[in-house]
Amino acid sequence: MQKNWWKILASVLILYSVIAGLLFEVPRLPILHESIRNLYFHVPMWFTMIVLYLISVIYSIKYLSSGNEKHDLIAVEMVNTGIVFGFLGLVTGMIWANFTWGSPWPNDPKLNSAAIATLMYMAYIVLRGSMDEEQKRAKISAVYNVFAFPVMLVLLFILPRMTDSLHPGNGGNPGFNSYDLDSQMRLVFYPAVIGWILIGVWIANLRYRTRLIEFNS
Amino acid sequence: MSLYQQVRALLYKEIVLEWRSRYALNGILLYVVSTIFVCYLSFRGVQAITWNALFWIIMLFASINAVTKSFVQESRGRQLYFYTIASAQAIILTKIIYNVFLLLLLAVLALFFYGIVFTNPVGDPALYLLAVVLGSISFASVFTLISSIASKTNNSSALMAILSFPVIIPLLILLIKLSKNAMDGLDRASSYNEIGVLLAINLIVITVSLLLFPYLWRD
Repeated sequence: MQKNWWKILASVLILYSVIAGLLFEVPRLPILHESIRNLYFHVPMWFTMIVLYLISVIYSIKYLSSGNEKHDLIAVEMVNTGIVFGFLGLVTGMIWANFTWGSPWPNDPKLNSAAIATLMYMAYIVLRGSMDEEQKRAKISAVYNVFAFPVMLVLLFILPRMTDSLHPGNGGNPGFNSYDLDSQMRLVFYPAVIGWILIGVWIANLRYRTRLIEFNS
Repeated sequence: MSLYQQVRALLYKEIVLEWRSRYALNGILLYVVSTIFVCYLSFRGVQAITWNALFWIIMLFASINAVTKSFVQESRGRQLYFYTIASAQAIILTKIIYNVFLLLLLAVLALFFYGIVFTNPVGDPALYLLAVVLGSISFASVFTLISSIASKTNNSSALMAILSFPVIIPLLILLIKLSKNAMDGLDRASSYNEIGVLLAINLIVITVSLLLFPYLWRD
């Protein structure tokens, strides 16, 4: 029980963010209207994905210095779960864009960057599949993972800021903080982010433990 | 031997090796020329924005083909020999520098031939040339480490494309934007942003390559 408090916390936070996200008062803004509630679901997906990829890179670096197979298994399961959250982020974003920007895939740099980043991590999975020998696979995919991470950061955080984008916080648009994320919304948004990150880590943790049992037997 | 001496000796070896069997060099030059000619015959004339994009797509494929062989061509025995006499950093640095030279040669030739068949006015030729030089450096620095990753797998040529495309796209977007600025003859100050980010990404990629290559090398 003492070890599992964060899992309970994650479930409570998610449950709270779903109920409060759908029922609480939200600011009425032109174009966005009620669809602003998607903020509680769309944005946490990306935060979770980035946290999972970050943990994966940390464990890849650890693997390269230690050679411990467990670190490699953690790295790959973090990426697997991160890709799922990346797809969820894309899908929730496409639904939102369809209602506010008129089409599910407007030509927006942030969408394109997110799609390319997802391709990059799918290439990581293909790279793993192309090798049979376990130690070689672990080492080479760890090298690619570390190599790809800085490029992903450039894709998601630097390139969209250099051009015009529909997303807030890019291309001269102000971020959420300055106008529409009022204090009422923060009360739901931050718990949602923390809750989804914990859920992501929990899923990856379960997958890692299943992999470890398979690996040992 | 110091790192500098090792790099110089290895670079000399690469160039001599390339010069003795010119088939690889000639092959890649012929590849880019015939690709341009195929594009010319299928497009005939193109608009300015297509002209720029087409040039970078041709360069992308030619560069991948040119760099893929840099680790595949060497036999295991010879790699083991280098392992005993040189440091891993010297090897990757040599490969990157050599690939920069190779791609520069390729790019300049491609640009010259491309300019002949597709006539297109470029507003600021010096800036366009700078974009081509930066492009060669970017392609070489990104593809060299990926080609060494891909050479370790069973299906190296297919994986080379899968692994390198997503990584090169951010650089390619910046290059296309920079060269578009040069074509339109915009004020150079408006391109400093792109040049700065390109140089910064290259610096990161080369540093990460130097740090990671020793792990790939020790096989």
